[in-house]
Amino acid sequence: MTAISQPAGQSFNRTLSGLVGLAAIVGCGVAGYFLFPDNLALLTRIVAVALLVLSLDLVTGYCGIATLGHAALFGAGAYGAGIAAAHFGVVSPLAMTGIGLAAGAVAGLISGVVLLRAHGLAQLVLSIAVVHLFHEAANKASGWTGGSDGLSGISPDPLLGLFEFDLWGRTVYVYAVVLLVIVFVLLRFVVHSPFGMLCRGIREDKVRVHAMGASVHGAQLRMFVISGAVAGVGGALNAISTQVVGLDSLSFTLSAEALVMLVLGGVGSLYGALIGTVAFMWFEDVVSAANPFHWLTMVGVLLIAVVLFAPRGLYGSAAALLTRGSGRR
Amino acid sequence: MSTVFEVTRLRKNFGGLTVTDDVSLSMATSDRLALIGPNGAGKTTFVNLVTGNLAPTSGTVTLAGADITRLNAMQRVRRGLVRSFQVTRLFQEMTPEEHVALAVLQREGRTGRLFGDFRRMPRVMEEVRDILGTLGLDGLATRKVSEIAYGQQRLLEIALALALRPRVLLLDEPAAGVPQSDTGRIERALEMLPPDLAVLMIEHDMELVFRFARRVIVLAAGKVIFDGLPDDVVKDARVREAYLGSYAQ
Repeated sequence: MTAISQPAGQSFNRTLSGLVGLAAIVGCGVAGYFLFPDNLALLTRIVAVALLVLSLDLVTGYCGIATLGHAALFGAGAYGAGIAAAHFGVVSPLAMTGIGLAAGAVAGLISGVVLLRAHGLAQLVLSIAVVHLFHEAANKASGWTGGSDGLSGISPDPLLGLFEFDLWGRTVYVYAVVLLVIVFVLLRFVVHSPFGMLCRGIREDKVRVHAMGASVHGAQLRMFVISGAVAGVGGALNAISTQVVGLDSLSFTLSAEALVMLVLGGVGSLYGALIGTVAFMWFEDVVSAANPFHWLTMVGVLLIAVVLFAPRGLYGSAAALLTRGSGRR
Repeated sequence: MSTVFEVTRLRKNFGGLTVTDDVSLSMATSDRLALIGPNGAGKTTFVNLVTGNLAPTSGTVTLAGADITRLNAMQRVRRGLVRSFQVTRLFQEMTPEEHVALAVLQREGRTGRLFGDFRRMPRVMEEVRDILGTLGLDGLATRKVSEIAYGQQRLLEIALALALRPRVLLLDEPAAGVPQSDTGRIERALEMLPPDLAVLMIEHDMELVFRFARRVIVLAAGKVIFDGLPDDVVKDARVREAYLGSYAQ
């Protein structure tokens, strides 16, 4: 039987692997709830940042655009949700999430329009300029954003009118995991859709995609908007969770850390983005508690080790090893 | 047979240097035309002008009666002017099946869809199977392109072009880099191209040109110096002098 006569089998395998991944996310979410009841705030923060890293993966991993300004999209979502709550009384968590999504998408569109005018290093520099401009705009518009003091006065209503946001962060953690699952499922569809396949083609060879009659710029811009929506949801979740939005949510540092997490987990895979975020933030939390003076050195050593010995990232290298292993059998 | 593709007095100057010098040609449906010429004759520039990757200084390009001179490369592809590349340009991490499916979906304007796996689209899969099967690539459908031989990659270039259902196909040295032992497969693939398709092949391999082409155009120093039958090309003194050299003796 030729390989091409088994498309249904491949589709089935993909569905199965998606379900296994989904079960793993839900399983980890449930385990986190019961194993670390005192650390739910950190776990919620990890989920919010994971949404940022997933969003970064869409443009970097799937479209091949390296950016060091992606936190602008996350921050836009956080400020969008925060301003809606603090200034306009929109305190429904679902509405805040929706506003964060929209604000992130708009920021993604703006960011994409600017970044896609350049290539390579110039594009990278533009991305840094974009996040600094967003940061400075938020800093100057202190009447709306609270400037360097941060935006406070965000008091979300109970979720669905039923579940209060408690002091231990249980409600917001469950909400975070549910959001992550929904976003993950939707992104699985997107990356395996014809559009996702087109973006993978663009990452590999823009000239070839052009020669097929497809618009490279249009597809990349669209992916920026989708990516902005995902990052915006992460930002809104962070605003709901911490009830304050600071300038650090659209900082260059967060942008750079998100890229590091993506490289750590493995670029071009949704699982890689998730694993990279969890590994980086967990490691950062552990070593900063163990040694408050030299923890950054240890994070640096971990990154060097991963880049040298597992250049495809933790997930990418593990997947490659498994593939090689099954190939030998 | 009606004229499907026409180039009229196409000229390209780079500063004071004329690289394409008032080149004109026309192609009817079903044409099998070869464009040959020595190195530096301006063949690649001509292809880039025709496909919209370079803007001409003057002249017009017409496809199916419509002036496409001002259209960009992407718009020309959508109108049915498709090219293959001299050095294969494929997605190394993707499979032949994905390549052809992407081309089919692009032709149908469905690459913007955010949901749905092409493997679950029976009509797309049927066409993918047909095209890959015709070119003998069905056994490699789910292998990564980086894992298949160069000759097979060249066949996949042709498969991609076919999936776009062109009116005019420009093949830029389809056998370049393929070992002599494998050129037979490329030739068979060329023989299987749809009969109503107008094909313009740029090729250095004269054996392949003489077997494939029903008409030959010779370009030298940016000018057309011969336009006629393959049998006559070797008899033409100017061609012998400019290009064929000892081959014509």
